Amino acid sequence: MCEIYFDESLILKDIDVNSREELLRTMATNLFRKGLVKKSFIEAVIEREKTFATGLPTNSVSVAIPHTDSEHVNKKAISVAVLKEPVNFGVMGEMNVEIPVQIVFMLAIDKKDSHLVLLQKLMEIFRNAEELQFLIEENKTNIKKRLANHLQI
Amino acid sequence: MKKKQVLVACGAGIATSTIVNKAIEEICKENNIECDIVQIKITEVGSYVDTADLLVSTTIVQKEYPFPVINARAFLTGIGLDEVKKKILEQLKR
Repeated sequence: MCEIYFDESLILKDIDVNSREELLRTMATNLFRKGLVKKSFIEAVIEREKTFATGLPTNSVSVAIPHTDSEHVNKKAISVAVLKEPVNFGVMGEMNVEIPVQIVFMLAIDKKDSHLVLLQKLMEIFRNAEELQFLIEENKTNIKKRLANHLQI
Repeated sequence: MKKKQVLVACGAGIATSTIVNKAIEEICKENNIECDIVQIKITEVGSYVDTADLLVSTTIVQKEYPFPVINARAFLTGIGLDEVKKKILEQLKR
């Protein structure tokens, strides 16, 4: 699964934002500046989150997995943001329900099936309170190592 | 018994539905059920109204369909997973 781009520059640690949109814009712009997504990805991922919320409650810190259509993606990548203070995301599959999210995994992915393992591993992390706590507490270097290892990327 | 058609839908049809697709494949395998799983965007459900037996979706389903709809978020979070698996299995065995 080495074709998924992930390095320390895609980890935004203790990021200080006031809104979900500001967070999504910051993360998406970072992916764009690295050439991993097209400029259109930025607005597309913000708009899509409004229609198809991606917040996921867990038994620990709530997470979100914003993503959008593959046409906006240049190269498969994953970006992680750990927020200083949580911002509200809609809950996936629920109408008008929001949760405070503190860890966000922005996915730049293309066609189906090519990232099943990555997604499955990601979901394992969501079910593991210890792993989520690790992401909150550790520095970028350790987060990069742990995630790359866990996600097999 | 006629092979059931199961629609697995999410917003983009590429991310969360991939997980759910695989999970349902496994449920079928474990229970020796043959079914036709179709992974789609939620906006594409309309094309399957006449053929589908079940819709499993990670996103909000606003329209009414002639088949049952099951929320699949549990496959992503693990919360309430056994219950959702049971519900899907009940539909597949009908």
